[in-house]
Amino acid sequence: MSAEPIVLRETSAVRPPLVEMLHEWVTTVDHKRLGILYIIFALMFLILGGVEATIMRIQLIRPLNDFVSPQVFNRMFTMHGTTMIFFVAMPLVFGFGNYLVPLMIGARDMAFPRLNAFSFWMTAFGGLFLYFSFIGGDGLYGAGNAPDVGWFAYAPLTSQTFSPGHSTDFWTVALLISGFGSIGTAINLVTTIVCMRCPGMTLGRMPLLAWMNLVMGGLVILAVSPLSAAQIMLMVDRYLGGHFFDTQAGGSAVLWMHFFWVFGHPEVYVLVIPAFAFASEIIPVFSRKAIFGYPVMVAATVGIGFISMSVWAHHMFAVGMSSNSNTFFVLSTMAIAVPTGIKIFNWLGTMWGGKILFKVPMLFCVAFLFQFLIAGLTGIMQGAAPFDWQLTASYFVVAHFHYVIVGGILFTIFAAFYYWFPKASGRMYSESLGRLHFWLFVIGFHLTFDFMHIPGVLGMPRRIYTYEPGRGWDAWNLIITIGAFFQAAGILVFLYNLLWSYFHGEIAGSDPWDAWTLEWTTTSPPPAYNFATVPEVKSRRPLWDLKHPEDPDWKYE
Amino acid sequence: MYCLIAAESAIFSIFVVAYLFYTGKSLTGPQPRDVLSVPVFFTICLLSSSLTIHFAVKFLEGGKVRAFALWWLLTIVLGALFLAGTAQEWHRLIFREGLTIQTNLFGTTYYSLVGLHAFHVTVGLIALTSVSAFAVLGYLRQEHAERVKVLSMYWHFVDVVWVVVFIVVYIVGR
Repeated sequence: MSAEPIVLRETSAVRPPLVEMLHEWVTTVDHKRLGILYIIFALMFLILGGVEATIMRIQLIRPLNDFVSPQVFNRMFTMHGTTMIFFVAMPLVFGFGNYLVPLMIGARDMAFPRLNAFSFWMTAFGGLFLYFSFIGGDGLYGAGNAPDVGWFAYAPLTSQTFSPGHSTDFWTVALLISGFGSIGTAINLVTTIVCMRCPGMTLGRMPLLAWMNLVMGGLVILAVSPLSAAQIMLMVDRYLGGHFFDTQAGGSAVLWMHFFWVFGHPEVYVLVIPAFAFASEIIPVFSRKAIFGYPVMVAATVGIGFISMSVWAHHMFAVGMSSNSNTFFVLSTMAIAVPTGIKIFNWLGTMWGGKILFKVPMLFCVAFLFQFLIAGLTGIMQGAAPFDWQLTASYFVVAHFHYVIVGGILFTIFAAFYYWFPKASGRMYSESLGRLHFWLFVIGFHLTFDFMHIPGVLGMPRRIYTYEPGRGWDAWNLIITIGAFFQAAGILVFLYNLLWSYFHGEIAGSDPWDAWTLEWTTTSPPPAYNFATVPEVKSRRPLWDLKHPEDPDWKYE
Repeated sequence: MYCLIAAESAIFSIFVVAYLFYTGKSLTGPQPRDVLSVPVFFTICLLSSSLTIHFAVKFLEGGKVRAFALWWLLTIVLGALFLAGTAQEWHRLIFREGLTIQTNLFGTTYYSLVGLHAFHVTVGLIALTSVSAFAVLGYLRQEHAERVKVLSMYWHFVDVVWVVVFIVVYIVGR
């Protein structure tokens, strides 16, 4: 291993023709290219999901608005939720996982490169299939087009009686296809991390990002499979006349809720654990300190992984479960706050006394710390069953989970974009545009989601397409919509920054952040084989050891 | 393969939970105890195929390709017998007893759980058959033992699932 990359030969100056390049991208099995494909795919769907959110917010900007019909509004919130979870957030974390995990553990590719390509294309076609519903969803009955049953598609709304045509089937099949893709990627990530670490990289020396991706992979395997099973059952109901969720034949609508949330709650952790991973890599580098409490961090991650399997029914307090099950799920929900709190203290401990550099990735991470804390606190509020009975299915819930997913997950994903953009593209992003994006997005985020809690407490239910004036909701909704426009502007600046910097950014060099993990030892962008010689590591910060042979980490670990 | 097995186990456990949850909740007949008979012979077939595939892999690891092929073919025959048994049972249930997937909750859960398992047996048989095609054509050698072993793990898993399905459907569910 060497600090300066070994240049074996000059890359050819002649660009291959466009068709050939496209062919290379479509047929690629390289983990870096597939990672980038995942991310580009997710960004396209981010725009679609964002447009849907904006349509909803315009509809709700004032009482009795008629910007879109109730039917279209139902389709918008269904498609927005499904898109953002399955075709934005998951591909983004998989994309980063794919790109970074082999580089960080010193491997040359994933364990199963072809399975990797297969999984990506499954996810991609699942997403395209979902959006094809806008054209093909009418079906033979001429009813509906895009799915309109909500992202958790409760029975009996999904039965043939209540959603004729094919709209729900598009939803089911799209999630089934992309679910298989997710399971494939998860298997690949777990196998890669377990089997392909470079010499010297014991589990205790593995970067936290790899650890957290390992836990995330395990969660995907155990959480997405039940969803696939439930989708198969739903298809049996809709096509073969089965009775799984058909209450008139003795079936149970509540069973669907259990099956969905057995997937649905671990899914939150599937998304947030990679977010923790980004924070755990970025905060130390910009605080100029090694991560505080590495072993505790790993233990907390694994603990979250286990506990997250036993909290699902806190989404169902209002259904009327027995008081024993309510109590159990309240307690398990409270318990999961403990390892999460440990993590927040560890990040703060990393920053404490550090020489903090407020570059754009660090800005996003600091905002993440604040926002994720608040998201966790409202989570604990709703984790208490009596409180949840009061506020369930209100805008308070919407505010809470957007606080988690946008304020927690999306913010660290942005941080990851800015942090690893130099590695993937070979060029620096524009710092000033990045700051503009950050401030626009922070202002927009807080305008929208801080104020969304209030109409929730005042009793505004989620998923209503309009409301009467004079209930005290009007001003809040106006503010929320204004915030949405700020966020949209932020996203546009972000996309422009990515494109502009890709062509005009400064050349980054292999290690622009003076960081410590293995991906910064190779060139930017890394060659197809990642490392000319397979690195050998002795500590958690191999690049530190190289840069500071007089004071290496392995003396202290 | 361990990860795949974990994922598959999760899928099966959801179906098993659904089956157990709906046991005895059918509003109309036929009920399981009226129509199901315990398929002892075909269960023995499937379970013994685990043994034969184990011997086959051992022979391949020892480099005895012919003995491997023999035991491997026996595994396929036993698996196919099991599948034929399922087909026979379904034929009887559908045409004689009038139980289809639409009839009642028992039909829905029974056909999906047993069908999901039969689907996995079929996939396994296709994979086993392609390996035997390679063996017959002479492409299979000792160094492939590890890959064949991974496939045999899948087959063992399918057998273990049958033990669970058997207990749930034919013992607890009746």
